[in-house]
Amino acid sequence: MQFDSVVCAFCGCVCDDIIVTVEDGQITQTKNACVLGKAWFLGHAQHQDISAARIAGQPASLEDAIDEAARILVGAHYPFIYGLSSTSCEAQRQAIALAEAINGTIDCCTSVCHGPSGMAMQGVGEPSCTLGEVKNRADLVVYWGSNPAESHPRHMSRYAVTVKGKFTPNGRKGRTVVLVDVRPTPSARAADIFLQIAPGKDFEVLWALRALVKGQRVEASALEGTGIAFEQITDLAERMKKCRFGVLFVGQGLTQSRGKHMNLTAAFLLANDLNSVTKFALIPMRGHGNVTGVDGVMAWQTGYPFGVNFSRGYPRFNPGEFTMVDVLSRGDADAVMTVASDPYANLPRMVRKRLEDVPLISLDSHESETTRIARVAFTTSTVGVNVGGTVYRMDNIPLPLTKVLASPYPSDEEVLGRLLARVKELES
Amino acid sequence: MPENKLILITGRSTKQGTGISIGKEQEDYQVATSALELSLEDMARYGLKEGDTVKIKSQFGEATVKCRPQKLPEGLAFLAFGPATSHLLGSETHATGMPDSKGFEIELEQVPG
Repeated sequence: MQFDSVVCAFCGCVCDDIIVTVEDGQITQTKNACVLGKAWFLGHAQHQDISAARIAGQPASLEDAIDEAARILVGAHYPFIYGLSSTSCEAQRQAIALAEAINGTIDCCTSVCHGPSGMAMQGVGEPSCTLGEVKNRADLVVYWGSNPAESHPRHMSRYAVTVKGKFTPNGRKGRTVVLVDVRPTPSARAADIFLQIAPGKDFEVLWALRALVKGQRVEASALEGTGIAFEQITDLAERMKKCRFGVLFVGQGLTQSRGKHMNLTAAFLLANDLNSVTKFALIPMRGHGNVTGVDGVMAWQTGYPFGVNFSRGYPRFNPGEFTMVDVLSRGDADAVMTVASDPYANLPRMVRKRLEDVPLISLDSHESETTRIARVAFTTSTVGVNVGGTVYRMDNIPLPLTKVLASPYPSDEEVLGRLLARVKELES
Repeated sequence: MPENKLILITGRSTKQGTGISIGKEQEDYQVATSALELSLEDMARYGLKEGDTVKIKSQFGEATVKCRPQKLPEGLAFLAFGPATSHLLGSETHATGMPDSKGFEIELEQVPG
């Protein structure tokens, strides 16, 4: 059987033109998917031999596992829920309701992805647009601290660089592409101009660009140590001012480097400034398939996009206090639940240590280092393969997922919904 | 930067990305996330050849990886996100929630093999 216009929920591009072939209960072929998307579709069927629920590593019934997980969460003083960037908005909604019911704290992968971008846009606003507008209008595309050739392989061909649009009929020939990064990544080959910036000097260069765009004087000495020559930055400033429609795509090179949210504040302000002379937008290159969605659902439900605490009975937001790395490194959380995330494999050592020390509940479609150490582990079906739902593209466009294959496992939404119901029973 | 130190950039790579879906226990993912990329100049400075095992030391931890040459600026090293990078990261987020994941100092020590 062939499914057309399937949405790939692996990365923030959320391409919605994938053709998936299913034969004998397996995905055998994908068309239009990039290397990452193909691996995601074909790799979904791993670990089909493990049980849907485990307690202390032993197979358990779903009911028993839900009861055990609910008792852990209700009995904790500082329960913490984390992850959610690779599941549907419907599941995210249940997780937030659960966090509120247990007076817990909830954070998503945004805090170690584009959390600093969120902080910056709260401060200075977000001059944004859709990827459709980029495709149809952009004649200057700047990637800053991003390597789309490896992290978002179809971004250039489908949305931003080679694609032809209504007012960009010449595609690649009608666009100037600039890459700013600390190293010549594979994306540099696709750029007309590659600016090799020194590590940790993004804020200085962005601020100098702001001054030049505003017609203010910038001394060449201001760029010493940045790796960028005065001629290079004046050329970029002129190109930004003279373009018809420019877009700045920012990556983790800005959010994870020295300066973090201040780097992004400078970038957002630069895009703001440019709108006084032309049309300019900024879009964060979101990593996981629905990390944009979880920001939206969190903001819709609590008022804040990540790092939210319900201990006082109402939502409070404070990055650095209620965010995953901080809460676990301080040793505050005394029970943790992860959803569609593998923090034990990726986050700093002190986080790993705390995950080992507290009762851990995991929901994941894949076995991982996190699921292996979990006190209660749920194997769930893969969102976008075994179950439908909604995900948001990096430009905040919602797209519907398609179920192409049945699964023996429950969905994240179902497990979270049943867990919430059991928590309410125990609390009453 | 002291002469014996490098600046480490962590990040994504194609093999690391496909490995997330295909299986983190698979060899491709293990290799992709334990390959330290260095400039030819730094490989020579440390007396390293492709495939040599090195111990990376950061302020917060250690990880043992293989090294390979890559087109990089001298003094800069790259390692794809994964178990090795998690051992090297500190937990200070400067009130942002984001640990310092790119642009921190490391030292290398060759592991006889």
